[in-house]
Amino acid sequence: MSTAALPMAARAGRARLRRRLRKIAFALSVAVIVSPAILVFFWMLSLSLKNEIDNLAYPPVFIPDPPTLRNFVQVFAENSMGLYFWNSIVVSGFATLIALAVGIPAGYGIARAQAHKLTVLVLIARMTPALSYLIPLFMVFQFLGLNNTLTALIITHLVITVPIVVYIMAGHFETLPKELEEACQIDGGSVWTSFRYVALPLARPGIVVGTILAFIFSWNNFVFGAVLAGRATRTLPAAVYNVLTFEQLAWGPLAAAALVVTVPVLLLTIVIQKEIVVGLTHGGVKA
Amino acid sequence: MSRRVRMNSHLRPPTTVSVAARPGFLARRHRSYYLFVVPALVVVGAVIIFPWLFTAWMSAFDWKIGTTAHFAGFDNYVGLATNQRFLEAIVHTFYFTALAVVVPLVLGLAAALIFHREFPFRGLLRGVFTMPMMATPVAVALVWTMMFHPQQGVLNYLLSLFGLPPSLWVYSPTWVIPSLVLVEIWHWTPLVMLIVLGGLAALPTEPYESARLDGASEWQLFRYITLPLVAPFLVVAAVIRTIDALKAFDTIYVISQGGPGTASETINIYLYLQAFAFYNVGNASAVVVVFFVIILALALLLLYVRQRAKWTG
Repeated sequence: MSTAALPMAARAGRARLRRRLRKIAFALSVAVIVSPAILVFFWMLSLSLKNEIDNLAYPPVFIPDPPTLRNFVQVFAENSMGLYFWNSIVVSGFATLIALAVGIPAGYGIARAQAHKLTVLVLIARMTPALSYLIPLFMVFQFLGLNNTLTALIITHLVITVPIVVYIMAGHFETLPKELEEACQIDGGSVWTSFRYVALPLARPGIVVGTILAFIFSWNNFVFGAVLAGRATRTLPAAVYNVLTFEQLAWGPLAAAALVVTVPVLLLTIVIQKEIVVGLTHGGVKA
Repeated sequence: MSRRVRMNSHLRPPTTVSVAARPGFLARRHRSYYLFVVPALVVVGAVIIFPWLFTAWMSAFDWKIGTTAHFAGFDNYVGLATNQRFLEAIVHTFYFTALAVVVPLVLGLAAALIFHREFPFRGLLRGVFTMPMMATPVAVALVWTMMFHPQQGVLNYLLSLFGLPPSLWVYSPTWVIPSLVLVEIWHWTPLVMLIVLGGLAALPTEPYESARLDGASEWQLFRYITLPLVAPFLVVAAVIRTIDALKAFDTIYVISQGGPGTASETINIYLYLQAFAFYNVGNASAVVVVFFVIILALALLLLYVRQRAKWTG
């Protein structure tokens, strides 16, 4: 505290002014850092709800007037967006299910056997560019005649889903107390029994996070679908990209398609807000 | 837990019921936990480890899909070392990565300091701020492509509102990489923010109180207390950001395809073209190996910096 010899009233007034200015500056900085996110998503929504004339107008039209759903109708009716949506659900769904089937026990094993060296694999997998899996797998699928099939896509997506589920589950099982399982085993239960009936039910929250993150990362993947899928087996991101380059669609339907891809992910994100960081830094080093 | 007991105990299926009945089950149990990892190891071996090995093996061949492979030893690597286009791709990658690491770190730190304070609608606004992070990269890239459009794009309109001249954005060889970095900044600053925010939440309050009593200014508090304490989190964010920026593919591929010309062709784009436009898998595999070594080297360098900072600090 400074002990300036100012009259009390003047000092209080100045302090109030300074506090108010500071508040305004703070509000402004909040607005500045949040606005880019709002701008892009708002623009996506705006483009998808406007007709083509408004979309190409300059200066740009921000609020759709009147809003139209024609763009959505067009992508679903003329560009089989429904099929691609289904493909994405099948690929991400199965890749996630398989990852859970092998990843949950693996996470448990790693946590209880203290085999932390195995998670180094996850870290290295995180660092490897996706394309480096794609080239060998592409050749194997070609040899097996699996290119252009959903099966090939599901197998490839395991590259994404398995490490994340293993990592999340290992971390989660580590936080569970060992005593309950030990009690179960002293009562004659096997390791399997204590996993199945003691640890697994307790791991529910971890499983939810692992499932959602694996699904989102798989859903967002573009390059696997772009290379391995055929016309009828494209996943959404690959389809949206191909719609852009090969069919030269107008901006409205394109924005509508982009929105259809992103909205499910954003909805899932709301469910696991807090755990996202763990997911995105997975394999990455703890502080 | 004697070592002998563990070695004598044989692997048993996890369904055995009588483990607990016998002495030494604690030691034996340790072994059966490894069985839980086996299915995942099989999958990881098939889709992750096998591709690594196959890639390393392919990189020693002159091999185009559809032709017979010829053993080439290190020829692919030697070829890369003198390949002008590849060397330029490395430069582009480093330029892109440097910007895409430093700017989000600075902005993310600032955003974290803002979100660390209490204010109305903080939770909601933080949710909005972090939305870009999870959004599908391809979808986002499409919207940015439309925003970058020099004639009808909304970005040039926004520039004009501030009295700034229009830019060619991704259509200009000089501006294409900074423009792509802009998308990357938009996409990933929230992740840096969340990592740093986690660090801020764990900060002790005592140093601040005593420093305030000693008459420290806000800037001094930040510079001498906050910054050193969140530094480890910044390093974590830097490692993650470096790995991700080096590997950036989707947005670059969708927005510029490495163009105009090869102005924004990064290692990853070059790699994609070698593999899936020219089907030159031998050469592409060599690129993968070099690329991986670069990523590993940079990640280790950053971790080394962190270790040293820990020892000296």
